[in-house]
Amino acid sequence: MSNQEPINTFSSRIAVLPEANIDTDQIIPARFLTTTTKAGLGDVAFNDWRYNADGSKKPDFILNTIDASEHRVLVGGDNFGCGSSREHAPWALTDFGFKAVISTNIADIFKSNSLKNGLLPIVVTPEIHEKLLKNPQQRVTIDLEQNQLSLEDGTVFVFHIEAFARQCLLEGVDAMGWILNRLPSIESYEQKTGKAA
Amino acid sequence: MSSQPKSLFEKVWERHIVEDESADRPAVLYIDLHLVHEVTSPQAFSELDARSLKVRRPDRTFATLDHSIPTLGPDAEGNRPYFTPQAKAQVETLERNTAAHGVKLFGWGSENRGVVHVIGPEMGLTQPGYTVVCGDSHTSTHGAFGCIAFGIGTSEVGHVLATQCLAQRKPKTMRITVNGELKPGVSGKDVALAIIQRLGFGGGTGYALEYTGPVIEALDMEGRMTVCNLSIEAGARCGMIAPDQKTVEWLRGRAYVPADYDAAAAEWLKLKSDDGAVFDDEIVIDGSVIEPMATWGTTPDQGGAISKGVPVASNENEVKALNYMGLHGGDSRSVAKVDVVFIGSCTNGRLADLRAAADILRGRKVADGVRMLVVPGSEQVRIDAVAEGLDKVFTDAGAEWRLPGCSMCIAMNGDFVAPGQLAVSTSNRNFEGRQGPGSRTVLASPATAAASAIAGHVVDPRDYLQSA
Repeated sequence: MSNQEPINTFSSRIAVLPEANIDTDQIIPARFLTTTTKAGLGDVAFNDWRYNADGSKKPDFILNTIDASEHRVLVGGDNFGCGSSREHAPWALTDFGFKAVISTNIADIFKSNSLKNGLLPIVVTPEIHEKLLKNPQQRVTIDLEQNQLSLEDGTVFVFHIEAFARQCLLEGVDAMGWILNRLPSIESYEQKTGKAA
Repeated sequence: MSSQPKSLFEKVWERHIVEDESADRPAVLYIDLHLVHEVTSPQAFSELDARSLKVRRPDRTFATLDHSIPTLGPDAEGNRPYFTPQAKAQVETLERNTAAHGVKLFGWGSENRGVVHVIGPEMGLTQPGYTVVCGDSHTSTHGAFGCIAFGIGTSEVGHVLATQCLAQRKPKTMRITVNGELKPGVSGKDVALAIIQRLGFGGGTGYALEYTGPVIEALDMEGRMTVCNLSIEAGARCGMIAPDQKTVEWLRGRAYVPADYDAAAAEWLKLKSDDGAVFDDEIVIDGSVIEPMATWGTTPDQGGAISKGVPVASNENEVKALNYMGLHGGDSRSVAKVDVVFIGSCTNGRLADLRAAADILRGRKVADGVRMLVVPGSEQVRIDAVAEGLDKVFTDAGAEWRLPGCSMCIAMNGDFVAPGQLAVSTSNRNFEGRQGPGSRTVLASPATAAASAIAGHVVDPRDYLQSA
């Protein structure tokens, strides 16, 4: 079932991937999309950046240097999550342990998919982004109730999350259940427009 | 009726509103056509099963096999050469799910199987004024018929299967006008790459695009599909073109179009932006200066006219991209040797695309050391191409002629470009590793890809045009 645990406030260290245009093929290469479940995709998150061809880990790559339970916030370069519509991308990131992604621009479909999987897509200004990149070891606090991202230097940034998605995350509302509750309106629309089966 | 001028997007959007949006609620948007494939649907069907739900409108839901299937035929025992047992299991999962839910599957053995964005229009499932979704970002293709068509994730695939609706916020709108007249030898793909270069890779984020102007009007339907297909490569979820007489004639006689076709067509022709319609953003491009294009970097906006050569990097991103590609700023495009040429995909896998490539290859040979793969976009495209003898043109030239599928565009079925190899591809993404780990991709038109196969390096196809 897709019900998410409610999210409100959490603190975490950040993991920084400063490259711009990190597309969903980088987050999870297409050859791992033949799965019929969502389980275990964290193992192949950023697979081709994370492992050598022989399967050994690339020691310098950030996801190989951090403790996933300590680093729940991924800071990416501009236009994060561009490319394909694969929901496997947020599935891989949340399975790895991330609870939020921060960038100066986050692609539409990735953003929509993230919100349905308890992964907060937070768009910040270039100034805030710069502060995150300058101190990649820092701990930040994300307060969804207040829409606030607090940096280690005391800077507080107010972010925007679409109102309904935010409510779903805060209250653990089940999006499928919500749209199923619209069925009376849907049936009347179909009647009115001649689209009934 | 309000007298306020409306855009094409607004007209189609408003017709599909089940519940309007408010500050704290998205709109509930009705979906006319839902296309499904094997890769992004299994978890959505599992979600329905877990809730004991059935597909609500199987008559508006159509499935096919395209992404992970082999493009080589079965062996003597009928076993298909799946890349992995998991790929086979995924196909069988879709066969099981569609059977259990009464959804039509254009699967193995169907003469209508093919790349999802090729078969929708081909069968007339895609119709002007529709909302069309699919768990695939290149769903924007169907916008060429005046549809609001966009890619969705698997959670939303589940929502549409269960309710035929989606919770959506209305995007901003942008009009892209392409003026003038294209030079001979310049195609819809070149127009699309020029538009993406202008908008930037993320420049369309949050927007629905409308393409208009004399160049768009002059494109055939295949060219328009290519332009709309690539909307997502500028970050826009959808791009659309107003239906005209060309649209009407292209769809006439197709399997799923309305019985009273002329009455439907008369309504379709009313779908266009009103004079004075307001867009959140507008750009105007001079089509007469567009030349055959090829990308040189690792995002679709990193491209330019082939005649201008490889540009000198102007920032860190470009340095990184050129390094990955093994290209040097200032070089002619003739310096880097091409290893692989791929013709196919939802972007350029239609009959018109294969004809454009064949016109250049006819009577010629693929250069030594170049592997060329031609993959028709659908069974219908394959059948029509064979009837015209195009398969023979390709195989005589030394290319491989395969069965329909996404193949080397997404490289999840075993059709890979080897690490470090340079491919000229008619597909849609040149991301690092897109065509296989370490692969290097140059995006270009079918004519450019075919000419490059002959030359062994990226070339302007106008030097290779020959009269049929």
